[in-house]
Amino acid sequence: MTDKRETILAVRDLKVTFTTPDGDVQAVKGIDLDIKAGETLAVVGESGSGKSQTMMGIMGLLAKNGKVTGSAKYRGQELIGLPMKGLNTVRGAKITMIFQEPMTSLDPLYTIGRQIAEPIVHHRGGSFKQARARVLELLELVGIPDPARRIDSYPHEMSGGQRQRVMIAMALANDPDILIADEPTTALDVTIQAQILDLLNKLQAKFGMAVVLITHDLGIVKHFASRVAVMRRGEVVETGSTADIFERPQADYTKMLLAAEPHGRKLSPADTAPIILEGANVAVDYVTGGGLFGSSAGVFRAVDGVSIRLKEGQTIGIVGESGSGKSTLGRALLRLVPSSGRYQFGATNISDFGRSAMRPLRRQLQLVFQDPYGSLSPRQTVGEIITEGLYVHEPQLSRADRDKRAIEALKEVGLDPAARNRYPHEFSGGQRQRIAIARAIILKPRVVILDEPTSALDRSVQGQVIDLLRTLQKAHGLSYIFISHDLSVIKAMSDYVVVMKNGKIVEEGETDAIFESPRETYTKTLMSAAFTA
Amino acid sequence: MISFVLRRLASAVPTLFIVVTISFFLMRFAPGGPFNLERPLPPQTMANLMATYHLDQPLWNQYVAYIGNAVTGDFGPSYIYKDNTVAELIGKGLPYSMELGFYALMLALIGGVLTGTIAALRQNSALDFAIMSISTIGVTVPNFVVGPVLTLIFAITLAWVPAGSWGDGSLRFLILPMIALALPQLAVFARLTRGSMIEALHTDHIRTARAYGLPARTVVITHAMRAAMLPVVSYLAPCAAALLTGSAVVETIFTIPGVGRYFVLGAINRDYTLVMGTVVLVAIFVIVFNLLVDILYGLLDPRVRHD
Repeated sequence: MTDKRETILAVRDLKVTFTTPDGDVQAVKGIDLDIKAGETLAVVGESGSGKSQTMMGIMGLLAKNGKVTGSAKYRGQELIGLPMKGLNTVRGAKITMIFQEPMTSLDPLYTIGRQIAEPIVHHRGGSFKQARARVLELLELVGIPDPARRIDSYPHEMSGGQRQRVMIAMALANDPDILIADEPTTALDVTIQAQILDLLNKLQAKFGMAVVLITHDLGIVKHFASRVAVMRRGEVVETGSTADIFERPQADYTKMLLAAEPHGRKLSPADTAPIILEGANVAVDYVTGGGLFGSSAGVFRAVDGVSIRLKEGQTIGIVGESGSGKSTLGRALLRLVPSSGRYQFGATNISDFGRSAMRPLRRQLQLVFQDPYGSLSPRQTVGEIITEGLYVHEPQLSRADRDKRAIEALKEVGLDPAARNRYPHEFSGGQRQRIAIARAIILKPRVVILDEPTSALDRSVQGQVIDLLRTLQKAHGLSYIFISHDLSVIKAMSDYVVVMKNGKIVEEGETDAIFESPRETYTKTLMSAAFTA
Repeated sequence: MISFVLRRLASAVPTLFIVVTISFFLMRFAPGGPFNLERPLPPQTMANLMATYHLDQPLWNQYVAYIGNAVTGDFGPSYIYKDNTVAELIGKGLPYSMELGFYALMLALIGGVLTGTIAALRQNSALDFAIMSISTIGVTVPNFVVGPVLTLIFAITLAWVPAGSWGDGSLRFLILPMIALALPQLAVFARLTRGSMIEALHTDHIRTARAYGLPARTVVITHAMRAAMLPVVSYLAPCAAALLTGSAVVETIFTIPGVGRYFVLGAINRDYTLVMGTVVLVAIFVIVFNLLVDILYGLLDPRVRHD
């Protein structure tokens, strides 16, 4: 299939280099890309593939130590090496961009109306007052309800989805030729993600601009892109129509990416398996505001009367969007936040257990967090991190014993035991998550609560971590509570699924039943929004 | 907003009370007293003096009496400047300290923000390095060194300006004490501005502003500068309170008739009432400026709402 559409942005031999104290790092190694009028090109790759830096380089947005060489011609005009003044006539007008972080991409100190007006005033002239009508029109266009009122809102008064709509309004303000969307939905909940992508699609159909979609998510690519460029380590490994890439991938890396979607299924434990952890009628309140001379305190109910029973060897997947209370529920079950309800661990009723009563049980109830960067102390060696719990729970161990246990645990999570003498920053995200898992399993726990353990990881790494978790479960007879917003991961990990919204359980059941015949509307919305490949 | 101000003012009352109570007892537990001179007074004279100032009463009674008087604005007589009440002394000296302090504050603020911004925009250049080195000196060299050095150079060697005194209050007289007062604060403002400006320039919304082709001037002034001013504004409160209530060192070196001297003189002479008076003065300034800064902060940053 040949595309006769005109090429409007031609990238040739584009290189992006960063100067670092350890020498130059080439993030983009001389790539060619063509963007045609009105098409949707997806640039796909994992973190570090150079997909974002390519666009940042073209737009003159690299960090100070970054340098771009090569050629990027927009309708014949060379952008690389163009002085700032010249570049400023193109960016924000002909080529616009929306970013991954809707929370931080808008200036918190100005109203959204003013921020959308800024590029209009700058590129077209006129006053902010005159631009106001256009801003209202744009807000209407991107589906912000009640634009006349919202135009004077500040970013912090809007949700993530709304902020991304504001960014899109800004991007459309000057009728661009090309809209670059850099991971536009990664930071958003799945249902919001679907709405934003829908909006982009509609707007593209209406205005006919080209969209460059930078993403790591193949589900999105399949649904929205007409052409795909797959990037890896600063190079384009394959380009082709979306159908070709998905049906007949040529490069090994593309095949690997496609296969990296989590798969497999976990079998349920026997019906007779004893219940190991139970929470009945769990409720958690957060108090907001209040103080010596402050206004009266408000109460926010994060978890509202949820009951859950975890059997030995079972994995319960808890799905929900941000604010659904899924993480808080996990912490409540471990008695880490003040909560009401009845809690039972094995044969012990732990409802009234305080901090010190819980301590001896902690080793059997472990928690692994989402962020493998924030949850490991940067000033401790990996060995110190993973053996810390042993000091508390097995104080009788000698230094040599602890070291032996550390070696075992690291081997078990697939890391070189020599890693114990190194520091967390020397490891990749996936390796750090393995370290976090090693820290939990070294104590030989019975229940592990996994709070979005794969969400910060690339797809291919995600698959490996999931395999590891499954192996460990089998080897040690662990029971998991697996918290995630990612349905494909939940599907691969759990034998029982609980869907949460606003602190309550919307629906629960065996994994197959939930995925194949969801009953509740909310579950159905979640499923359809998730683009599971 | 109004209820916020009223609530804050209401909470100032217990704050002041605690400050007064702690300093009252601390002062009394310090050894010696206002009339313990190098050559001891005859016992009868001492007893008379103590009785005149009610210092022979039990401490608790003195405390209650002090609080009772203080709420009516009566801070008692000074024990050392015998012809003056504490209120008179402060009333006389404060305008001098405040005027000089205000000029110093303006110099520190404007100079500091300007140099800090320039340093941030030229991060890691020779200019940045020079500005930061000088500001380190500004912070570390004490003003009892800066004052005499300035006098030596500009008043004695070059004879451009007078060496001291308030004179007619013109710039000629005030420029050296003003610089001596402002320099350390200017250095702090410069460092604060540089740090927060560099941070602000690396935020995502600055990237957005650049991506939308806004000119560098707009990006820096409209977007980065406003965000960078937030920590600077926070520091403004303690800084203003310190500068406007005078400095013992600078006022002594340049013989300025302000209130700064009273802190030190009062404390050394165990002039209980004078020390208490200056403590209350500083506490009120700190409270008022913190309130003003919080209001200003709310105007600058819509995320901080006072309702």
